[in-house]
Amino acid sequence: MERRLSGLAASTGLAFGPAVAFRAVGEMRRETGPVASERQALADAVAASLQAVTDLAASLHGEAADIVGFQVALLEDDALTEGAYESIARGVPADAAWRQALADEIAGYEAADDAYFRARAADLADIRDRVLRQLFGLPELADAPPGAVILAQDLPPSAFLGIDWSQGGGIVLGAGSPTSHVAMLARGRGVPMVVGIGSDWEAVSGTVVVDGMAGLVLTGPSRASIDAARRRADELGQVRSQAETRKREPALTRDGTPIAVLVNVAGMADVAGFLVEACDGIGLTRTEFLVEQALQDEAHQFEAYAALLRWAAGRPVTIRTLDAGGDKPIAGYTIDGETNPFLGLRGIRLSLRHPEIFRVQLRALARAASLGPLKVMLPMVTVARELEQARGLLDSVLGELAAEGVPHAAPALGIMVEVPAAAMAVASFDAAFFSIGSNDLTQYATAAARDGSEVAAYADVLHPGVLAMIAHVARHGVERGREVSLCGDAGGDPRAIAALLRAGIRAVSVSPGLLALAKDAIRAVDLSQPGVDA
Amino acid sequence: MQEVTASALLTNKIGLHARPSVKLTQTAKRFGSRIEVATSAAGPWTDAKSPVKIMRVKAAKGEVLHFKASGEDASAALAALVDIVARKFDEE
Repeated sequence: MERRLSGLAASTGLAFGPAVAFRAVGEMRRETGPVASERQALADAVAASLQAVTDLAASLHGEAADIVGFQVALLEDDALTEGAYESIARGVPADAAWRQALADEIAGYEAADDAYFRARAADLADIRDRVLRQLFGLPELADAPPGAVILAQDLPPSAFLGIDWSQGGGIVLGAGSPTSHVAMLARGRGVPMVVGIGSDWEAVSGTVVVDGMAGLVLTGPSRASIDAARRRADELGQVRSQAETRKREPALTRDGTPIAVLVNVAGMADVAGFLVEACDGIGLTRTEFLVEQALQDEAHQFEAYAALLRWAAGRPVTIRTLDAGGDKPIAGYTIDGETNPFLGLRGIRLSLRHPEIFRVQLRALARAASLGPLKVMLPMVTVARELEQARGLLDSVLGELAAEGVPHAAPALGIMVEVPAAAMAVASFDAAFFSIGSNDLTQYATAAARDGSEVAAYADVLHPGVLAMIAHVARHGVERGREVSLCGDAGGDPRAIAALLRAGIRAVSVSPGLLALAKDAIRAVDLSQPGVDA
Repeated sequence: MQEVTASALLTNKIGLHARPSVKLTQTAKRFGSRIEVATSAAGPWTDAKSPVKIMRVKAAKGEVLHFKASGEDASAALAALVDIVARKFDEE
């Protein structure tokens, strides 16, 4: 029987295909055999997991390859399985023995003093689950049929990266958030995704329709619903493929106003296979996922930033400094238990509290700035003092690098405009550029959490009050000759683009998967005709 | 067989973490000798060819890594290990 499950839209588009459930292995148990067969079962599961991560490592590059490469090294090492084999010899089943051995290892990592080391516990948990999936004979997601809809409680980024999305497909998550790393990857690749549907996904089988625009999932769809979904998917596909053919052409409105279209990324994985000629640079690099792994690792950060500059080949690359807090906690860095983390210690507020960690990122950024036009953007700036304090730290690391004889350059220093008070007082900031973070600006200005489905409809960038703030910032940019862009989801939303351009926005930064459609939406706007768009 | 020892100061910013550990063990595995590492000359000693065991040591920046090796190529092995630590694992 047809059922509609309602969740949150996390990546736009429409998908339908066979359901493939990715079950957590947490509570599963298996039948136990004699010691010799248990030993063999674990050996086979480890060997198969090693093969899978080795193949995965070969298909990745940059940070993602590093993470998986570390997993390969651990799985190759007999020391990882020693404890488990000792337990098996004492009669413990293979799965329980493996769980216990990894729990001990993970506890060791979690007890570490520094955050970088604690973060590695996630790699061990990934390895643990990978081997357990083999022990339980659960299918690897990499073997899912082309175009499948993956259903899970949550999905680790490594699982997403291991799936072949070239034939379509979609994602439905019981938990999750539209701002999670995996949601960002899905938007980048144009994979429709709905999150937060609750535990209902566990009972789903057969054909599933994923409506990533409305945040709806249709299970057991009727013939008519499947036909309707197919028609809509075909229409969307046509619109998308027509847009794709024009992707490399500049985005001009009907009256000939050029609009810069840049891309939002979190690392090189987001631009894999994306033509750099199609964009005007990188308008936003989110560094939370990168820096979480490398809080104090300047070399690792530098390599990641340098890779983006090399990819952009002379186009500007804007990198946002760590925007942890809010819905992006980092263990050991952000504060636990804030009653309202979105109104708490996050972004630049947190960076200025941890100058020793902030300096590592600023050093890596200043070094990367010697390779191309790099712009540094500060998130959540509320008062001018924060910008000046950050500038002071940046100046000090520039002096340090000069004294050390390390190649570096001074990057342009700008701010993200997402706090309503900062938007209205934009003239008080001596920033090289302003980038409007429309997601947070909208949720703060409308007092409606963007991750709460009950009030999601209030958090509308088209609210006249939000548009007035955007117009105010754009006007300030024109008057003072400072560049203004917009890097929230609204920039890639065809329904919002006309209003944003009419508010004075002339540069948007969008998820790579939405760039072609955003450019087409821009081409339909006629700024010489007030309020009349094709 | 003669046991050879050496030591090197960890100067890379993040200490002996994931990638440095992997590089250290990869270097050690190029040699046939038995090689061990410790953060104190008195031990406890850890197999330098095991990334899992090295990660358990959690050696931080500013600590001295002590090496001991025994085998045909022990001296060459320790020279290579001291060198990769001094080069900050080619990461900075």
